[in-house]
Amino acid sequence: MTQAEIKLCSLLLQEHFGEIVEKIGVHLIRTGSQPLRVIAHDTGTSLDQVKKALCVLIQHNLVIYQVHKRGVVEYEAQCSRVLRMLRYPRYIYTAKTLYSDTGELIVEELLLNGKMAMSAVVKKVADRLTETMEDGKTMDYAEVSNTFVRLADTHFVQRCPLVPATENSDPGPPPPAPTLVISEKDMYLVPKLSLIGKGKRRRSSDEDATGEPKAKRPKHTTDNKEPIPDDGIYWQANLDRFHQHFRDQGIVSAVANRMDQTSSEIVRTMLRMSEITTSSSAPFTQPLSSNEIFRSLPVGYNISKQVLDQYLTLLADDPLEFVGKSGDSGGGMYVINLHKALGSLATATLESVIQERFGSRCARIFRLVLQKKHLEQKQVEDFAMIPAKEAKDMLYKMLSENFISLQEIPKTPDHAPSRTFYLYTVNILSAARMLLHRCYKSVANLIERRQFETKENKRLLEKSQRVEAIIASMQATGAEEAQLQEIEEMITAPERQQLETLKRNVNKLDACEIQVVETIFLLESYIESTVKRQ
Amino acid sequence: MASRGGGRGRGRGQLTFSMEAVGIGKGDALPPPTLQPSPLFPPLEFHPVPLPSGEEGEYVLALKQELRGAMRQLPYFIRPAVPKRDVERYSDKYQMSGPIDNAIDWNPDWRRLPRELKIRVRKLQKERTTILLPKRPPKTTEDKDETIQKLETLEKKEEEVTSEEDEEKEEEEEKEEEEEEEYDEEEHEEVKGTSFHSQAPFLPRISSGDLNFRRLEGQRR
Repeated sequence: MTQAEIKLCSLLLQEHFGEIVEKIGVHLIRTGSQPLRVIAHDTGTSLDQVKKALCVLIQHNLVIYQVHKRGVVEYEAQCSRVLRMLRYPRYIYTAKTLYSDTGELIVEELLLNGKMAMSAVVKKVADRLTETMEDGKTMDYAEVSNTFVRLADTHFVQRCPLVPATENSDPGPPPPAPTLVISEKDMYLVPKLSLIGKGKRRRSSDEDATGEPKAKRPKHTTDNKEPIPDDGIYWQANLDRFHQHFRDQGIVSAVANRMDQTSSEIVRTMLRMSEITTSSSAPFTQPLSSNEIFRSLPVGYNISKQVLDQYLTLLADDPLEFVGKSGDSGGGMYVINLHKALGSLATATLESVIQERFGSRCARIFRLVLQKKHLEQKQVEDFAMIPAKEAKDMLYKMLSENFISLQEIPKTPDHAPSRTFYLYTVNILSAARMLLHRCYKSVANLIERRQFETKENKRLLEKSQRVEAIIASMQATGAEEAQLQEIEEMITAPERQQLETLKRNVNKLDACEIQVVETIFLLESYIESTVKRQ
Repeated sequence: MASRGGGRGRGRGQLTFSMEAVGIGKGDALPPPTLQPSPLFPPLEFHPVPLPSGEEGEYVLALKQELRGAMRQLPYFIRPAVPKRDVERYSDKYQMSGPIDNAIDWNPDWRRLPRELKIRVRKLQKERTTILLPKRPPKTTEDKDETIQKLETLEKKEEEVTSEEDEEKEEEEEKEEEEEEEYDEEEHEEVKGTSFHSQAPFLPRISSGDLNFRRLEGQRR
């Protein structure tokens, strides 16, 4: 794990789970697999705190445990899983676009709680939806269950590995930690529950006032002691499926940008047909015949078979090679080259970065070297039609930032520099890795800056929150306009300005983060796909 | 041998590569030497592209900020314990800030976690008397019976020494109850009890009566 990734993980854990969990998590990421006592000793935290932190991390699938010989349990952190926390908003938004508000809330609950039982999810989501509905209407459990089943059928949520059922005649003491197992076919099996009920609206008298002492809380949790029907079956969000969806989205939008809407719809249909049949790491999808594609086109599209065939040949002949023709049976067998598509997307990202950072002439040189694979300095100047001095300057700038690399070809066995060819070349994989590392650094910087801005204006933020609370309570009890005006004037005009600026800055930094995270996804997918093929 | 002590190495001014191959012709102006570290925020030549705006962008932005706030309120967000102030204050009794005795606010499924991670949730101090004491009736009543018996039988001989020893044992066991975690198995406690039992004579003599009453009061509060 690189330093940039560790720093980013540390910031994410601290923002979402607090400092104690952050300390333990970062220690585990740095040092690898460790038992409980060693963690407590090395980090200098008390055993209780370490236990609490580990419980939280295991619940959220960020740490796994393994039983080694002699009964020692070792804990290992999953750094890549921690980095997925950056994408939570995108997962939730995807669920919203596919399954509307119900799906959105289900995925949100699963992501925020790590893993949950189905009945608990349904109940909580129904309650939340009921609150947003108008007075008198409630959300039925059945509807939420239906959406849950649909999510499970399309593999967006999956079951967590289960504790194996031990018989009572097990000899010896129970193991120090359970080994969790799950079989492939059980992963998306929804248990038959009859969840009957409606969402409850939270009455104002039951509202959790902040002044309520925590002494009351344990009493609430022991209220309902009925056994849950699906005890022991927990569900989690299937992040790989979401990644597959993002990748498909990327490919479809790339085709739409390059060609037109119809071809992107065709590609989308092909991808949808191969969702379940192709594993996410395959280099290309299963071959699909033109007849099948014609049958599966969405209902609104009434293009004739001939037009479809023309589009398919056009797509297959495109130099970007998103779609390939693998045979002629059934009207033509077509595949989507996933690996090549990801490669093109990564290359496009690199080109775009160079264009925005160094200018369009640099981008021209970059594309040239990419196309011709290896070029000498003189050749670059000639092909790009850029004066020698500027070309030299640009090449060295890109070389210093590691977008372009030098390949030495010696003419003589003693590698004398005056008798060696120096060729410029672009290695996409290493450039992508370098860019990914920079992206991690950028996100870490953005988060830090946002935290800094918030901390600077903490006093002002608290004051504004208090004023809002006062206004809200006064409005609830019915106050005059003049009084409300007076309270509002507690915040002076320059302070208001400061708050506005703060809000604008924080929004901008957040939006930047979201944008960089999308780039990170593209680069990570490409690198993963390439590494798997080797 | 001929070059020893003469010029420092042969061909001092020669470079290992030819200047033309690198691309710097004769008489070209080289860039000025860098005398200080590069500035922290160098001026950008090209302005960054504007961020995506629109319904989707704004929705995801709002979602992100909402998630951030929501995660802070969940029980998974562990706040470090408030540092204890120098003097105990009266308001501390009525202002419970922070989790009680390192308890977890949520209930994980303990069957899925390693056994060593289990923290027994300590009930409230108010409820403790009703829950803790019934768990230990055999032990405490046994101890009390024992001590009363011993006090009665050994009234004449060595009275001071034995009663102090028994009370020390009681103190030690109560101290152990409060400070250490409760384990599931009773055998553990019995074993611990007996081990302390053997150590009792070596402990310094504490003024018995006051300490006992204070500890019992602490439990009942």
